[in-house]
Formats: sequence, structure tokens, C-alpha cells
Amino acid sequence: MLKQYSFEETAVQTFDDKTSLAMRTEDMQVFYGSNHAMFDANLAFPKNQITALIGASGSGKSTYLRSLNRMNDGIATVTGKIWYHGVNINEPGVNIYEIRRHIGMVFQRPNPFAKSIRENIVYALRANGIKKKAELEERIEQSLKGAALWDEVKDNLDKSALSLSGGQQQRLCIARSIAMAPDVLLLDEPCSALDPISTVKVEETLLELQKKYSIIIVTHNMQQASRISSQCAFFHLGHIMEYAPTGTMFSNPQIPVTQDYIAGSFG
Amino acid sequence: MNAKRTDFIATVVIDLIVASVVGILFFLLAYILTAGLPHVSWSFLTGATDAFSGAGGIGVQLFNSFYLLLLTMLISVPISLGAGIYLAEYAKDNWRTSLIRSAIEVLSSLPSVVVGLFGFLLFVVKFKIGFSVISGSIALTFFNLPLLTRNIEESLSAVSRSQREAGLSLGLSKWKTELGIILPVALPGIVTGIVLSAGRVFGEAAALIYTAGQSAPVTNFADWNPMDPASPLNPFRPAETLAVHIWKVNTEGLASNAAALSAAASAVLIIAVLLFNLGARLLGNYLYRRVTASK
Repeated sequence: MLKQYSFEETAVQTFDDKTSLAMRTEDMQVFYGSNHAMFDANLAFPKNQITALIGASGSGKSTYLRSLNRMNDGIATVTGKIWYHGVNINEPGVNIYEIRRHIGMVFQRPNPFAKSIRENIVYALRANGIKKKAELEERIEQSLKGAALWDEVKDNLDKSALSLSGGQQQRLCIARSIAMAPDVLLLDEPCSALDPISTVKVEETLLELQKKYSIIIVTHNMQQASRISSQCAFFHLGHIMEYAPTGTMFSNPQIPVTQDYIAGSFG
Repeated sequence: MNAKRTDFIATVVIDLIVASVVGILFFLLAYILTAGLPHVSWSFLTGATDAFSGAGGIGVQLFNSFYLLLLTMLISVPISLGAGIYLAEYAKDNWRTSLIRSAIEVLSSLPSVVVGLFGFLLFVVKFKIGFSVISGSIALTFFNLPLLTRNIEESLSAVSRSQREAGLSLGLSKWKTELGIILPVALPGIVTGIVLSAGRVFGEAAALIYTAGQSAPVTNFADWNPMDPASPLNPFRPAETLAVHIWKVNTEGLASNAAALSAAASAVLIIAVLLFNLGARLLGNYLYRRVTASK
């Protein structure tokens, strides 16, 4: 039996006007049909930092993440505001395709296209009007370098992406996202299907990438959150309970539910 | 009885069942081929038929079969591609979609002779098109559409959801994702289905008797203008196909060697259908390697 915690007692940090933010949600609710899955989500994400979303299965962290680039369209109803560069992107009139080019996403299971490594990266670029060969080549190299995959694949760009290992595939998916030159990168448990060595590689990649991108990562792995993130938000049953700098969160959690979760004596 | 013994008996029984299925197929093939092949010659394959007795070669019928197949595919592939994409990707899960699905099922279970009769009454008689390649290929389209649509829908649905999410998350539109990412992955399955259905269409007789007709007027193979009445490409001429020819020679053929004629034509038909099956496999594998870049 799960212990009952009050949803009233939360400790969510806010940022002052001087902090430049990548994006922010305001009173976001998510419904799957009549099932209320996310309650009053208010979170702000500082630019060029890694923010980790942690919590148990079913706590709503993936639901929250997928709402940020409108991937829940057609699956769930999302209300409230999602601020991105001063625009509420949770409006019907917003061009979601444009939004997704700015807010990239990497999924739990590596899902490269059944195409060559090169095509995986250039397909979406070409669809977005980038046709010049030189620029495409440049983007391939830059994105693969960014995802720390270049050295492993540079001689085999025409090989099938499906012939890569799981970890390489996931880094290819990261490369594919950053080739679009987004400014926010959403990652939904990107390492949960990977072995420890591949996980380390992906983590190193992310630490490097935060210089250029703002990263929001959902993870089940608390060590991972503490290793790579600067900010950390704890989700519980569709509520955001605590949001603090990662160091503070792990050394000095403010409320009982976070304390229990981090101590491993949850429920 | 111990587990090992049970397993052994089950395996033997299953092996026997499989062997009998394969055995029946090989027996049929061997019988048809040995009965027919000795009568197949170049002049048989290319020669003209005597309109009265049905004796002579099957050149025109063979051409008609392929031409009818081509026209049928030209009509039915685009339609079923659209329908398949709609059902797999765009149709919402509601009563309307299940109505469409049941309609397709009913269409696929219509006896082909009924489809033929319908084609006869509507196209041949009512629209006054007459016995013609075009009437036949429209009738065959009815017969072919449900199977192809089903195949295309299934091939598309078999592609993992994560591929769609990947496309959408890169800012691609649903249509672009469908066309550029999902369709290539599904293509080998779709092409295999198309070629296999081509085999079925090629061997179909009942739906064609009343639509494409039972006569193969002598055509001038030097005249490729589709508007000329004598041109083989003219879609408005009657066109007896190979399968219809076999049926006709057997039922009302007056040739003295009718049995040999139909056996030979059957052998040719079987070989063509086998080639379609083999081709489906090879083409499917080849396409899969091409689109996934795995060489």
C-alpha cells in the first residue's frame, strides 16, 4: 500500500526575471479522456542547463515531457499555458511542426529510421527545405560530432542505421534531433534501453550538449539525475512535488515525499 | 504417457500434416506440368486460335491476360493504396471505420462469378461498353480491391509506432512521415501483396467470362495505337484470357485435341502464377534491402 502524501505540501522553486528561461509551463493539466493525469504543472527551465524529471512509474513525468512539444496532440487533452520565447505554444493556431523543429525529442527506445545513417539525418532537413549538398554534409558532420558518434560512423554513413548498436542508435537519434538546430532537447528516458557503457557515452554527450541546448530529461535513474542535471523536479501521481537545484534536492530534500523517494523508502 | 513420448508423437503428426500439404501441392504441379508441357511449343505460345474450334495457339490469350492484369493493377493499386493509408493512419476508431472494414470484408467474400455478372449487367449491357478489356479490368478491380486494401493496411500497421513518433518529433507533417518514412518500410510487404494478388488476378476466370468476353479476335501486333480496333492495346476490344480460354476449350471446345490444348494452357498458366509467387519473394527481399540500406 502506497503511503499517502499531501499534494498541498510542495516545494517548487521559481526563477527571478534575471534568469533566462528556455521554456515554462503555467497551470498545465493533462487529461487522458476523463482521467486527470497531470495537475497544475508549473515549471520553468533555465537556458543551457540540464533539468531532470524524476519520479516513479505513472507519476506523469513522460506525460509532462511529451506535452512540451505537443506530442500529446491527438492522444491527450492538454490545457494551461506552455511559454516558449514569449509565445503560448499550447494554442490551437500554433504551427506544431514549426514548434517541434525548435523543441526536439529523443525517445526511450532508439527509433532510427530504416534508412542509412546519412538519410536518418538529412531526411527531415531536406523536408524542411535545406537542399544544398554542402550544407547537408556540414550538418551531418556537426550533428554526429555533437552526439559523439562521428568517429564511429564517419566511414560508413551509407550503412543502415539499423546495423548500429543500441547505444549508437540512440546517439544517432540525438544527432538527428540536433541536426534540426533546435534550442530545447527533450529526452524521455533515453538510456533505459541501453547498457551501462552506452549510458555513460550518452550522458557525456548530454553534458557537452548543454552548452548549446537546453535539455529536459526524464529519467528513472536517480544516479543519472544527480550525475548530469543542474535542476531536478520530482513528480508524484501527476503532481510536481518538489523542484530545486539537483545538489539541494539530493542532499536536503524539503518535503517528506521527496525525502522518502530519494531515501528509497517510498511507499 | 510421459512428456517426451507425447512430444514425439505430436511432432510426428504435425510433420505428417505438413508433408501431406506439400505433397498435394507437388502432386498437382507435377501432374499439370507433365500433362501439359509436352504440348507446349513456341508456335503454341505465340500462335493464333481458330475462332470456331478453339484449336491453335494461345498467343493472343497470353497477351490479353497480361494486358488485363496491367490495366487492373493500374486501376486498383492507387485506389487501394489510398484506402489502405486511410484505414491504417487516418481512420478514427469508431463505428464508421468498422462499417468501412465490414464493407471491405463483404466485398472480398463476394463470389467472383457474381462480380462478373454485375460487371456484365452494368458495364457491358447498361453502359454499352461491350465485352472488353476495360469491362474485365473494372470487374477484376472489384475483386482485387479488398484484398489489396487489406494487405496495404496490414503492411502499414506493422510499422512500429515509434517510427511515426520519430517523424513527427522532427517537425515532419503526418503525410510526409507517412510517405517518406512509413511507406518505404512497408513497401516490401505491399509489393509482395501486389504481386501475389497479380497471380490471383492472372488466374481468374469466372469474373471475366461475362466482362472481358470469350473471344480473342485476331489482333494486329504491329499496330500499337490504342485507338485502332485491331490494336492489341485497344481497351475496348473483347479479350479472352488464358484462364477463360482453358475453361472454354474444356466446356465447348470443338477441337479434336481439346484435352491436350487445355492441359498445355494450364501448364503455362501455372508456370506464370508460380513465377509471380517467386517474383513476389525476390522483389520483396530486394526492396527491403534497398530501402533499409542493409546490403
